[in-house]
Amino acid sequence: MSSKISREIFIRSIADLLRKAEIELPDDVVNALRKAETAEENQVAKSQLQAILKNLEIAKKHGVPMCQDTGIMIFFAEIGTEFHPDFDLEVAIREAVIVATAEIPLRPNAVDPLTRKNSGNNTGTGIPDIHWKLVPGNQLKLTAAPKGAGSENMSSLRMFNPTETGNIKNFVLETVVNAGGMPCPPLTIGVGIGGSFDAAARLAKEAMLEPLDAPMEELEREIFEAVNSLGIGCMGLGGSTTALAVHVKTAHCHTASLPVAVNIQCWANRHASVVFRREE
Amino acid sequence: MEYHLQTPLKIEDIEKLNAGDIVYISGEILTARDEAHARILEVEEKTEELPFSLEGAVIYHCGPLMKQTESGWKVISAGPTTSGRMSKMTPSLLKAHGVRVIIGKGGMKGVADALKNRCVYLAYTGGCAALAAELIKEVKAVHWLDLGMPEAVWVLRVEEFGPLIVGIDTKGKDIFAEVREKAQKQLERQE
Repeated sequence: MSSKISREIFIRSIADLLRKAEIELPDDVVNALRKAETAEENQVAKSQLQAILKNLEIAKKHGVPMCQDTGIMIFFAEIGTEFHPDFDLEVAIREAVIVATAEIPLRPNAVDPLTRKNSGNNTGTGIPDIHWKLVPGNQLKLTAAPKGAGSENMSSLRMFNPTETGNIKNFVLETVVNAGGMPCPPLTIGVGIGGSFDAAARLAKEAMLEPLDAPMEELEREIFEAVNSLGIGCMGLGGSTTALAVHVKTAHCHTASLPVAVNIQCWANRHASVVFRREE
Repeated sequence: MEYHLQTPLKIEDIEKLNAGDIVYISGEILTARDEAHARILEVEEKTEELPFSLEGAVIYHCGPLMKQTESGWKVISAGPTTSGRMSKMTPSLLKAHGVRVIIGKGGMKGVADALKNRCVYLAYTGGCAALAAELIKEVKAVHWLDLGMPEAVWVLRVEEFGPLIVGIDTKGKDIFAEVREKAQKQLERQE
């Protein structure tokens, strides 16, 4: 990018970013799905995984969203302290969402929570939901992660007693069993432990976006193996792959608290990133 | 077993299906999710008439992504939505109408009894919306568009729509419930 990032180019790039996120899955996710299909011995589950892989091919070939639930618009932004935009970034991102909704097109999903009135363009109060993080440097990294409701609805959060760290694994398993086939397994499971009520949920969502091929730590592997031993399988029809990965993120918390959040992601672990650089 | 069915459906067409069978459907299907279910029941309560027929019908739990073109509505992406949200409203709907097939994803808790000798639940792979859109050949009509694009009732003509897995058959066998039970037992063993 040149020294000055034009608002028009910025909006175009974000609309293109959303298109990419909606149509193609990241390589690590596709590879994990392929691996699951190869390994699966349950024939019904195998047929479901094959349908998923075929669906991805068709979406890419025709340039259409892989799922009709094109999600609620969530962005993660890492903004450098030396990145000085000449325009309001939030307003521009909102405009890009409106452009992308009409252009790709995306299903209008944003509604008022009480009247249920649909805004028609995927924006509204608090939507797009943009999570800002200030980092050193002159770059802006934006990740678009459009989130479907089927899996988001199956997520949960519990405030445990501080002595109950031993119950965390079971809480994740309970969440997965209650969800069954509803969140479209195979899942990516993000677990946030610690922080506060809201910080735990944020950690869980960040954990969910970690690369699927990243090595799993001991606790992550333990939960992962326990989840896959449940036999829920692809779409809840039975089988050996209920989760593709489990990632855990932690933060210090109050000595009297133990918040634990479990964010559930369907097989369509959609996200795409773009980096803008301000050069002097 | 694999079956290829043509709508409108008779009870004989679906009685032979067993949980785990694979089905492909050709003909007409109607989308209906949360708001459409609520309105169908509302119309029923007021003893008014529906603007579409549910006799021998296939209900698809789907909120499609459509685009209006000069030649009419075009399906962009149309995979199944989570059927669990419609569980509570389904028994009343089945009692009042001759719906023979429900297509959705994730299964439905507590409806196996209401489905008995009446209707089957077919599971379509969740999220496979681009694949589904290829098998939808025509948008025949749309009702209740005031509910919004995803919540409206879309009448679609499909060809060889599937593969659909018989999740709950007319005899009360429910694959999802069986998988859930096994998972619950496995969970208890972990505790």
